[in-house]
Formats: sequence, structure tokens, C-alpha cells
Amino acid sequence: MVLSKAVSESDMSVHSTYRMPENSIPKEAAYQIINDELMLDGNPRLNLASFVTTWMEPECDKLIMAAINKNYVDMDEYPVTTELQNRCVNMIAHLFHAPLGESETAVGVGTVGSSEAIMLAGLAFKRRWQNKRKAEGKAFDKPNIVTGANVQVCWEKFARYFEVELREVKLRDGYYVMDPEKAVEMVDENTICVAAILGSTLNGEFEDVKLLNDLLEMKNRETGWETPIHVDAASGGFIAPFLYPELEWDFRLPWVKSINVSGHKYGLVYAGIGWCIWRNKEDLPDELIFHINYLGADQPTFTLNFSKGSSQVIAQYYQLIRHGFEGYRNIMENCHENAMVLKGGLEKTGRFNIVSKDEGVPLVAFSLKDRSQHDEFEISDMLRRFGWIVPAYTMPPDAQHVTVLRVVIREEFSRTLAERLVLDIEKVMYQLDALPSRLPPPPPPAPLVRKKSELETQRSVTEAWKKFVLAKKTNGVC
Amino acid sequence: MVVTVAATGPGTDAEPVSSTFFASRYVRDRLPRYRMPERSIPREAAYQIINDELMLDGNPRLNLASFVTTWMEPECDKLIMESVNKNYVDMDEYPVTTELQNRCVNMIAHLFNAPIKEDETAIGVGTVGSSEAIMLAGLAFKRKWQNKRKEQGKPYDKPNIVTGANVQVCWEKFARYFEVELKEVKLSEGYYVMDPVKAVEMVDENTICVAAILGSTLTGEFEDVKLLNDLLTKKSKETGWDVPIHVDAASGGFIAPFLHPELEWDFRLPLVKSINVSGHKYGLVYPGVGWVIWRSKEDLPEELIFHINYLGTDQPTFTLNFSKGSSQIIAQYYQLIRLGFEGYKNIMENCKENAAILREGVAATGRFDILSKEIGVPLVAFSLKDSSQFSVFDISENLRRFGWIVPAYTMPANAEHVAVLRVVIREDFSRSLCERLVNNILKILHELDAHATHAVRVSAAAAPSDDGGVVTKKSDLEIERKVAARWIDAVNKKTGVC
Repeated sequence: MVLSKAVSESDMSVHSTYRMPENSIPKEAAYQIINDELMLDGNPRLNLASFVTTWMEPECDKLIMAAINKNYVDMDEYPVTTELQNRCVNMIAHLFHAPLGESETAVGVGTVGSSEAIMLAGLAFKRRWQNKRKAEGKAFDKPNIVTGANVQVCWEKFARYFEVELREVKLRDGYYVMDPEKAVEMVDENTICVAAILGSTLNGEFEDVKLLNDLLEMKNRETGWETPIHVDAASGGFIAPFLYPELEWDFRLPWVKSINVSGHKYGLVYAGIGWCIWRNKEDLPDELIFHINYLGADQPTFTLNFSKGSSQVIAQYYQLIRHGFEGYRNIMENCHENAMVLKGGLEKTGRFNIVSKDEGVPLVAFSLKDRSQHDEFEISDMLRRFGWIVPAYTMPPDAQHVTVLRVVIREEFSRTLAERLVLDIEKVMYQLDALPSRLPPPPPPAPLVRKKSELETQRSVTEAWKKFVLAKKTNGVC
Repeated sequence: MVVTVAATGPGTDAEPVSSTFFASRYVRDRLPRYRMPERSIPREAAYQIINDELMLDGNPRLNLASFVTTWMEPECDKLIMESVNKNYVDMDEYPVTTELQNRCVNMIAHLFNAPIKEDETAIGVGTVGSSEAIMLAGLAFKRKWQNKRKEQGKPYDKPNIVTGANVQVCWEKFARYFEVELKEVKLSEGYYVMDPVKAVEMVDENTICVAAILGSTLTGEFEDVKLLNDLLTKKSKETGWDVPIHVDAASGGFIAPFLHPELEWDFRLPLVKSINVSGHKYGLVYPGVGWVIWRSKEDLPEELIFHINYLGTDQPTFTLNFSKGSSQIIAQYYQLIRLGFEGYKNIMENCKENAAILREGVAATGRFDILSKEIGVPLVAFSLKDSSQFSVFDISENLRRFGWIVPAYTMPANAEHVAVLRVVIREDFSRSLCERLVNNILKILHELDAHATHAVRVSAAAAPSDDGGVVTKKSDLEIERKVAARWIDAVNKKTGVC
């Protein structure tokens, strides 16, 4: 989106590119102009910032192109495509151990991404809670939701747009996910749900959903509030079932009422698809559902978007039947392997602390041991010269003093690429070592009336770093 | 994997290399439907299985139900495929794609005569479709109104929005999900859009905006936004409520500027504060892109905007969706520069021409009333003059046999007794297809006529004549009952007409 800003700040002359041209131009010209300008975009496959899939098999590309002109919402006209969505929903529901009877169909929907999925899930919780409070004759105007401060920005969006208070459990040094105990402490009668993340954006960690479930079970028994859990498994939903099948995080836990997963992350589909699954019909208030007459039978729909392409739904189905359980497991194991190779290579340089865990989403988050001369943002900048896009981020409160570089290992990130990346990082470190420091020096200690304790000095040093880092804060980490 | 088996049969793991898909066991195995299969299958098999099942979907280009684009030039297809793996939201990583979106926003804002100064850039955003666009616009109105009411110390818990009963379902969604009351101006027979006079009567202090439609879904009509603007200005002067207008130009936004440039419906009217348009309707892009433009910064409350640090500068974003593909945005830009004003105008004129041809062809049969107007979205909506023997639903079903998908709908309240067939004329619907369609409709009318006469004769023959001479009356009644049952059915059907 664009907001008002001066001409000088925008990329090009406002006049030539900001109005529709009067005349047509030949199609080859249009193609070439755009294609050439786009050469200056980053290469999606070298974009190590993103969890989102950047490669699919040519057979799937073929199916995608063939379906590009199918408007997904025309269920009457494209019954097979609709059926494919239903199959995906059921397959994923079973993957998450939804308690379905033999002939029962799952309750869920395909979305454009986890943002839409989370908003739908949040809406369902909000409406359920409101109905319950109305039935009890209690106030229902101050709903809140409890999550960790490590949540992805779409939870903040949900809170802001749907007028729910967001209660964030702060992080701390060394503990970068939501602490279930603190979370449960923050729950009150107005809490519509507690949201746990399976695969935290910043370091890939899986939150302890089982512990959360057990603590919430206890609290619910005392209070009778019946506060439910939502699991944001945007990344982890297509990893845990294959790499950590014994990990209980899904519908096996009774308080988990809905789960979202991004088809376009480890579901291995291009950007544009997510899934939301509810435990059963009771968890999705009927008043939110719009009923469309579909081939004489009722097709309930619950989405924010209406018209959209069908390609990604078909691609998801392709992946599910093409790979099957076996294929997904192989791919996730490969990713995990390659993450370990990268991690090992970085550790060997001796210059980095590894902030990510071995279990979780296959990514490597690392920070400099010594940040006195150069910082992670400079490394990130210099890696661009080699073609790599590796972002640097600061942690959310209360760990803002920690900055990390994060490399996400996707399906197509081979071992060769991992080793090459380590080499290039070493080159960058070597180059940086030779450069003078660009960072401001720490402020001189206050005039000594008495000898300042080491701690006090250290505190003022920390303050300076914190100020500098905060000035560069990026949010909207995805 | 080494090929050791000669025969392919159930239970063998290996397939001979020379075996084609249709000789393999994959054609015989039951397709996994509700659980992920345990094993992988070769990619060619996966492709073939899915491709073959999809043959039974309707043909998008013969889907005359939809406004949404079903054809683009091969050059654009190429650009689309090349960017299919670009996640639009990674602004840092794909600055050119982000810039292309900004250019589209500005071009469309200027198309809508947004009051942008020479050194200013427009306020707007690309969305997945008009649904998201409308929700964002509605959110902005709701928040603005709430802030105003808080300042005035008045209650702000009962916001409402005024629209016509002909609104597309996404307005109902907005109302339901964002807890805004939907006040619908009922239609009446012969008047199938929102009546501005009635709309303004329904406005009260809790109204966050009045939504007018440029290109009503059911008849393609343009609502009189100018009249609405004038009436609302008067009301605001009397009451001081300052109720704004949103124009849902999902279909009309890429038609009116080219076919009816003198028609004042956009930011030229002072009360219009935001407009949405579907890039994937007459913006001529495949499904998956819409646009919402605001008049000025003041119309978009700052607190709704999320600020993302973008290449060191601030990139404000306001969308519901986050990750999504970039292809449709690039395709929209392609269309805007490829066609330019001239190209869009030519295409819309062609559509209008072909709509006229279809309209005349349908009218010439003498069996139909035309409900759509000549000014508006190029579509033809028509109802049967005489529905006693068969209905438009029968015609719709029969057209499917010829390959055409032409839906039949009943009008919303209070005109539910009226049922129409609706054909949308898109860019790729040529004159020859037009004439073929009329031809097929005529064939069907003949068939249905013959069948109805036959049915009457049959029931007349079968029914016992008790009073002698009453036979014909009875069969008429039976048929009438059947027709009534159909209407009841149709009215109870809630088709998500789009």
C-alpha cells in the first residue's frame, strides 16, 4: 500500500508510471518491459528469509497453469475442484488426529493463508465465548486472547481488527517462546482462547502445548471458564506429524479446539493456501457459516475471501497424494539433516551462538558472540552481495537486545547450498573483520565519584545497544 | 528402483519402466480421499490422476455465470508462471513487485479521479478480491465512526451500514463478522437496485456509511451514486452526521471510466470516501486480485495500519491476508500498460456490442423479458414471459447439455417471484459464441415446448375424467402445483450469487 510521500522518496518519476498510459502497446513489449524490471527482484529460491515454498515439480506447475482461470468459489461450476478441497481438509484433519467417526467428515476450510485461517478461528472463539456469556447473563464486551510475544503479526491484526484485547506473555533472555505457566496465569473470564505456536517464527521452536493443555485443564476445573486452546501450526503442522509423531500437540489434547496450518509453508505449495481445522461441529458456531446451495446439497462456507484462484488447492492435493506420508517424512528428514549441517558449519567458525533448537522447524537462528565491532545487520547486508537473502531480526520484548540471523531450510535447500552458504558467511566475516566498526562507541562512563560497579557499567552499555537496535526494529517478520 | 517384475498387478511395488500410466496399477487403485496415503506415487501418476478427474469440472470459458476473467494472453501467462513462487508479502526481497503494486494503486486511483496533488501518491492497496477490499473499507469506516462518537461522548456500540438488498454476499459477511448491523433497502418489481431516496431515509446517527453498487450483481445496473451523494449532502447539513459513501465498483469500476466517462460516480462526488474494484473482473486478470482506494489519508485511520520496516523506509500495510502469490498483481500491471486506456475502451465496447447482440437475439424469440439495462455491466438478464409450462431453471439445466453454464436466480426481497437467467459477457465471449448461444436457447425452447405439450396430453389421458370436460382443468392445476413447488424450492435455495 502507498501512503502520501514526496516524489523524491518514491522509486521513479511519478508522472510516467503512476497514470494509465493512453495507448496500447504490443504484448511482446509489455512482456519484455515487465520481465526485465522484475530481474531486479530477489531470487525467490535464494530467499532464505521465508518459510514459504519456492519450488514445485513441473507436473504440478502444469496443473497450476491449467487451473489458473478457475474461480475457486464457483462450486456449482467446478464440483471436482470443490471435492478436492474437501479431501484435503479431511486428510489434514486426520493428520491432526481430529476425533472423527468412520463416516464423519471433518470440519475445516481452505484459506488464502494462515492469516485468514487464524482470523476465522479467532472469530469462532469470539462468537462462542459471546454466546456463552450472553447465556450466563454476563458482560461480553471485553474479550481477550492470550499468546506469547513471539506471535506472528497476523494475531495482532486479528486483535486489532476484530476488537479483541491481545495479552502477550513476555519473552526473556534464553526463553523465546510462550511460557505456559505465565500464559495460564493471564487467563481470566474474558479470555476467548489461548493461542500456542507450533513453530515459532523467530527460532522455529515448538511450544509445549501439552503442558499448556494440562495447566489449562486444572484452571478450567477450578473456574469453570472452559478456556480453549488454538494451535497456530502454520509451520509446524506439516513437520511434527512426520518428524515427531509421538509429540502430543494436536487434537489428541482435549482442550485444543482448532488448528491452522499453512499449505504454503511445509505443506510444500506455492504462496496462497492455508487450512483451518476445527475439532468438531460444536466448535464452529453455525451463525458464522454461510450456506450455499451446491448441486442440490448444502455446501457450508466460512471464509473471508470469496473469489480466488483454484490452483493452490489443486496443488495441495497433488502434494498430498504424490508424496503421501512417506514422501513428506523423507522431505522433512532431509530438511532437518541440512539444518544440522548448516548449524555444524556455523558452530565451527567459532563466531556464533546458535539460538534455534534442534527440534522444531528446520531453521538455524544464530547471533554473533562478539557484537562490539560489527552486528548481524551488516552480515545480512553483505550476504546480499553473494545473492543470499538472509534477514536479521531483533527479538520481541523482553529480549530486544538479542539480534539473530535466520536461515530457513526449505525442501529445495540442498546440502551443497548449505555448505556454500557457510563458506560465504566465512568470507563475509573475514571482510568485516578488516573493516572499521560502523557502530557508535558505548557512552563513556559517568564521571566517577565512586568506582562504578561492573554491573552498572554493563547496564549503560546494554542501554546503548538497546537504543541502537530498537532504531532498526523490523516487525512483520514472517 | 530396479525393475524386476514383468507383470503389473496389485501388490507389486515396481512398475516396468515402459509401462504407461494407464497400464499401471495407479489406475486401478482406489484414490485416497480422506486420509493421506502411506506411500508416495510417481509424479506422472499424480499429475494424470488429478488432471483426469478435473476433466469433469465445467469449462471456465463456457462459465457464463461469472464476471471473473477466464482468459489472458500467453505473454501474461508466462509472467504469471515465472512469479508463481514469489510471496507477495516479502517486500524487502521483491522490491520491484512491490513497486508494481504501488503503480497499479496510483493508476487506478487516477482512473477514479482521486483528488491527488501533483507530488502526492495515492492511498490504496491490492487485495485478494473485492471481499477483502470491502472488509478493509468497512473497517476503516467503522473505526472512523467509533472515534468520532467517542470524541462526542456518544455510544458507539451499534454501528450500522445501509445498502440495497441486491448486495453481494460479502457485505453480509462484513456485517456479520465485524458486528455491524446491515440495513437493507428492499427492492421492488421493476426496480432491482438500491433506491437512493429510501436509503437516505434509513440513515441514522449510527450509520457508518452508505454502500452503493456500480454494477449490481443481478442485473448489471449502475446505481445512481450522484443522486445518493446529493441527498446525503442535504441530510448531513440538516443533521450534522456526515455520513460517507462507499462505492462497491467490483464490476463497474473498470467499465464506467471507459464506456461512460461523463457518469459521475467516483471521487468526483465529495461524499465518496472509498471505492473497491475487482481486478479479476473487468480488470481482466485471473481470479485473485482486487483493489481498494481511499480518497485521502484522513479516510484511513492510522491505527489500522501496520508499519513494516521496508528497505530502511516505512512501508505501511493494511490487509487481511499476509502471504499470497504475486502473479495476479504483476498480471494487473501487465494489463494496465499493455492495453492502456485505449485498449480497455476497445474491449469494453466489444463487450457492450456483443451484449446488445445477445439481448436482441433473446428478445427476438418473443419468449423473454429483458431485465438488464443497456447502461451498466455488459450482461443480459432475462426472464420467461410465461413460466407456466417450464421455468428458467429448466432452461438453465438444459443448456448444460450443450456445454453452457448459464445460471438461473431468483431476485432478493421483495422480488423473489422473479427468476432470471443471466449471461455475463466477458472479454473472451465473441459474437459467434453469442449467436451460437441464442441458437441453443431456441432449440431448448422447442424441446421444452414439445415436452410440456406432451406432458399435458399424457396427464390428460391418464387422469380419470370424472365430470367430463374437467380433465384439462385438472392437469393445469397439477402443472401449476409443480411450478409453485419449483418456486418455493428456488426461493429456499440460498445461492451465493457472485
